[in-house]
Amino acid sequence: MADEATQQAAARAAVERIADRIEREREHLTDLDSAIGDADHGGNMARGWRAAADAVDDLDDADVATIVKTVGKTLLSEVGGASGPLYGGSLVFASAELEDGLTAETAVAFAETYLEKVQDRGDASVGDKTMVDALVPAVHTFKKSVETDDLDPVAALAKAVAAAERGVAFTVPIRAAKGRASYLGWRSVGHQDPGATSTLYIAEELLATAREHADVSGELPADAESPTIPDEAAEGE
Amino acid sequence: MVGLVVVSHSRKAAEGIAEVAAEMGGDTRIEPAGGDGEGGIGTVPDDIAAALDRADAGDGVVVLVDLGSAVMNAEVAVEMTDANAVIADAPVLEGAVNAAVEATSPRATVDSVREQAEAAREVDKL
Repeated sequence: MADEATQQAAARAAVERIADRIEREREHLTDLDSAIGDADHGGNMARGWRAAADAVDDLDDADVATIVKTVGKTLLSEVGGASGPLYGGSLVFASAELEDGLTAETAVAFAETYLEKVQDRGDASVGDKTMVDALVPAVHTFKKSVETDDLDPVAALAKAVAAAERGVAFTVPIRAAKGRASYLGWRSVGHQDPGATSTLYIAEELLATAREHADVSGELPADAESPTIPDEAAEGE
Repeated sequence: MVGLVVVSHSRKAAEGIAEVAAEMGGDTRIEPAGGDGEGGIGTVPDDIAAALDRADAGDGVVVLVDLGSAVMNAEVAVEMTDANAVIADAPVLEGAVNAAVEATSPRATVDSVREQAEAAREVDKL
């Protein structure tokens, strides 16, 4: 994969992109959360990711693992509710997988460790109407695409984003079994989960960053597209 | 002596529960932690970790928690601190009172205090 300097630039760019995206989606995330939660997901995440981007800006010559760890620590202290420990704590924990740099293999290890920590901390499974519904299919798809289907990491990430999107859609019709929404019981049915949604946005921005920085072509499999990702490959045809 | 930390989404609730437990707790260190740090509802791992360090007199700390993210942030705080801290799976007020009583025993350990806190799950009110 790309050299160390490119990796660091990509990591920094990813944090900035995610912070911008979450800020743009602040109202939408808050609307989703006001339906089945306490209406703070947009504000909390926007505040946390902006602080994370600022913290990364202040780092001098940090490797990718340090950048990711800094983001996690900042989210932990700045994001309220369950999102702080789930997003931030898991990033801090999983950042250790990137200490030897970013390759397809370490990216898979990072994704799996992140997922494991989120599930461990939140005690949620697929079908509970949480971020896990987006994360599990995304991570499993990424791993399979890299390890079994031998796709390059950008194409694998594109497939993972598509899987996350299907996961988000899956949260709409089901009843919440974890988190604050679970107190609503059947009234949670019909609402899209805000945590799964912000997880998708983060994955989409990681993909967009990877496309800009990767030294591979990132040619996409036919089913990897989604309406929220600009279809550059198809447009070029 | 084993210390206690009471974690609630509400700073006032954490302080109030600590106050109730202190009635039974003798010299036990009982530290409240709660609120989002800006006067609102929530929990912050750094605040909980600081409370753990204040409550620890060397024999460890048992943590009482209310709901959801308070549990997760308490777990993060336990990972952040050097104190021997455990979270009790117990109702926060009843557990805090039980734990405070047990903590006054000269033979109290982190495990015995946590067990007494968790015994509060079985208490019938009616």
